[in-house]
Amino acid sequence: MINVIWALMAVIGIVYAMFNGTMEEVNQALFDGSNEAVTLVISLSSVLIFWLGMMRVAERAGILEAFAKLARPIVSRLFPEIPSGHPAMGYILANFSANLFGLGNAATPMGIKAMEEMKKISQSDKASNSMITFLVINTSSITLIPTTVIAIRLQYGSQAPTEIVASTILATTITTVAAIFIDRLLRRSRSH
Amino acid sequence: MVEAMTVISIWIVPVTVMFILLVAIIKKVPAYEVFVEGGKEGLKMSVSLLPFLLGMLVAIAILRSSGALDAFIQLVEPILIKVGIPAEIAPLAILRPISGTAALSVTSEIIQVYGPDSFLGRLASTMQGSTDTTFYILTVYFGAVGIKKMGNALKIGLIADFIGIIVSVIIVTWLFM
Repeated sequence: MINVIWALMAVIGIVYAMFNGTMEEVNQALFDGSNEAVTLVISLSSVLIFWLGMMRVAERAGILEAFAKLARPIVSRLFPEIPSGHPAMGYILANFSANLFGLGNAATPMGIKAMEEMKKISQSDKASNSMITFLVINTSSITLIPTTVIAIRLQYGSQAPTEIVASTILATTITTVAAIFIDRLLRRSRSH
Repeated sequence: MVEAMTVISIWIVPVTVMFILLVAIIKKVPAYEVFVEGGKEGLKMSVSLLPFLLGMLVAIAILRSSGALDAFIQLVEPILIKVGIPAEIAPLAILRPISGTAALSVTSEIIQVYGPDSFLGRLASTMQGSTDTTFYILTVYFGAVGIKKMGNALKIGLIADFIGIIVSVIIVTWLFM
């Protein structure tokens, strides 16, 4: 599906530009988009190098194993395919906690490690059920404190910059639960 | 509560690093060597991630710069308004899953124009904070481990985004009106 969506995004844009007279902007966008990706990867690489280095140390020191054991009661229900005590559990818990504290930076490397471990379980280039559940929880965003938003509100002179924390937590909780529910629903209809 | 969380989010990274390194010393793990070894993996990963991200960002940039995305927003806006989403917030609702930077700039604009403590300002803040850039997350996570068939992930992610937008409208109306 992503192959078609990706190609269509570009094709629709270029065809639209033909009629809209924005071909020059599209021409520029090809280079701007590429540049943006390189900049993004460079800033991402510093985070990836630091945290994957740290995670390797944690793994060798046995911390990850302890974390995986700790995660079992929560994670095993959400991810029944992951064997108990598997390193994937530790990384999933690490990713969730980093997300909760708004450490988007640190969350990504841990999430990627979790995906790697889940791939070891499924041994396929197709997304497994646990991967989909994991990413659905991630995209519905489980941040407790939306620091960026608070900063913007502060910048524009809000009387109570943090008053949206409650509504954000409420909204994100409902969305995450709904996402897990839909994921389960689709999974069931697929297996029958 | 919020102050405490802010302090925690500043302390948690340094304290975690300290904890990992202390345990490594106690367990006699060659910490620096292992760190460098893991770091190399991170470098390799980010290099292999570049084509995935570049492809996705270029496609989004084409869609945006051609004006097609704006046209799409205008097309979908009436539907969103019918569901109860204010017209001013509709562009944010559509952009949020596609582009994080674009969504953030729309959020700042709404907050600037209508004020952070207005209904629209609070709604934009809540929506920005409670959803995430689905396309980006799927690209990075699946790209990094070489998953080519995403299954239902995109579909569920987009449905969840839509639910998040509706839920935000309901919650902000209920909490602040």
